Amino acid sequence: MKYAVKIEVSLKPGHSNPEGETTMQLLTELGYNVEAVDVSKVYTVFLEASTVVEVETKAQEMCKRLFANPTKDNYTINVAERK
Amino acid sequence: MKLEDIKVCALRVGGTNCDAETQRAFQELGVHTEIIQVSELIKRRNLLDYNVLVFPGGFSYGDYVRSGVIFARHLSAQLGKEIQSFIDEGRPILGICNGFQILVEYGLLPGFEGISPVPEATLTTNEPAGFKCKWVYLKHENQSKCVFTSAIPQGKIIRLPIAHGEGRLLFPKEKEEEVLKRLIDEDMLVFRYCTKDGSSAEGLYPANPNGSFHDIAGICNPEGNIFGLMPHPERALYWWQQPDWTRQNQMLQYGDGKLIFQSIINKLTKKC
Repeated sequence: MKYAVKIEVSLKPGHSNPEGETTMQLLTELGYNVEAVDVSKVYTVFLEASTVVEVETKAQEMCKRLFANPTKDNYTINVAERK
Repeated sequence: MKLEDIKVCALRVGGTNCDAETQRAFQELGVHTEIIQVSELIKRRNLLDYNVLVFPGGFSYGDYVRSGVIFARHLSAQLGKEIQSFIDEGRPILGICNGFQILVEYGLLPGFEGISPVPEATLTTNEPAGFKCKWVYLKHENQSKCVFTSAIPQGKIIRLPIAHGEGRLLFPKEKEEEVLKRLIDEDMLVFRYCTKDGSSAEGLYPANPNGSFHDIAGICNPEGNIFGLMPHPERALYWWQQPDWTRQNQMLQYGDGKLIFQSIINKLTKKC
């Protein structure tokens, strides 16, 4: 089966987020009543595997080995089949 | 080991900088130094021909994903065994700026239990945010373990430049105090940012230019042969590289950066 895995990496609470803060300031200038802006990175990985479990296992490994630094990053994984 | 037998490898990829300055620093002190592309080293597989490995500064692989992580993971996948052998033999590794980020992402620093499979720390966005390119004061905290600062007395204040946007050293929040205790107890703290007179920066800008935990600018591993720091010693090799050198009341040949390169040379030639 073919899969598309969306891996979203975001900063843990309390870590400096200047891009989000700057964006929030501008949104406020533009007249929006905004409390906060979080910024995250989304990687979409396309791969083939036998089962969803296998894909999730590989995606977890990818996050630990590459995409996320456990000191500052949280991550989520979403797996979808594709044709 | 004789001075003329020492061989240094300064490893580079796209985005590396200051490799030429690093080579210049070692060569000024009489040490043969080669700038090697990682792809070349992977082809030759001759890392153990070198006595010192240096990861210079820069923005390797465009800082994609996270500063230093692609270089680190590429190297561990392609040359992991050679790197392990290099470390097992106690050969010295230096990481400057992006090189420090690479060592942290590789799991070599702090490396409490050897090479960690996941990074034990991060060098993240400066606080206050922004790319900082300025000269800073550093207090040498190491007693004797770090081979790259063996020629620097403990407590000495030195002056080096920084140039980074992501140099804030942080450890997992829940482990901060435990990590700090280990760094101190195991003599792994090497440099802390300080004021001109050597007083503690107390986490405050501008003495601490990036908000690093405990004002830490550089650490070594428990064995003392792997050392990473955010400031650039190779940009402070000569006295005249200081921005205010003409206004100072003395004129020396070398700047404080020389001490880092001289220390490892002294160690390898057994002068200290």
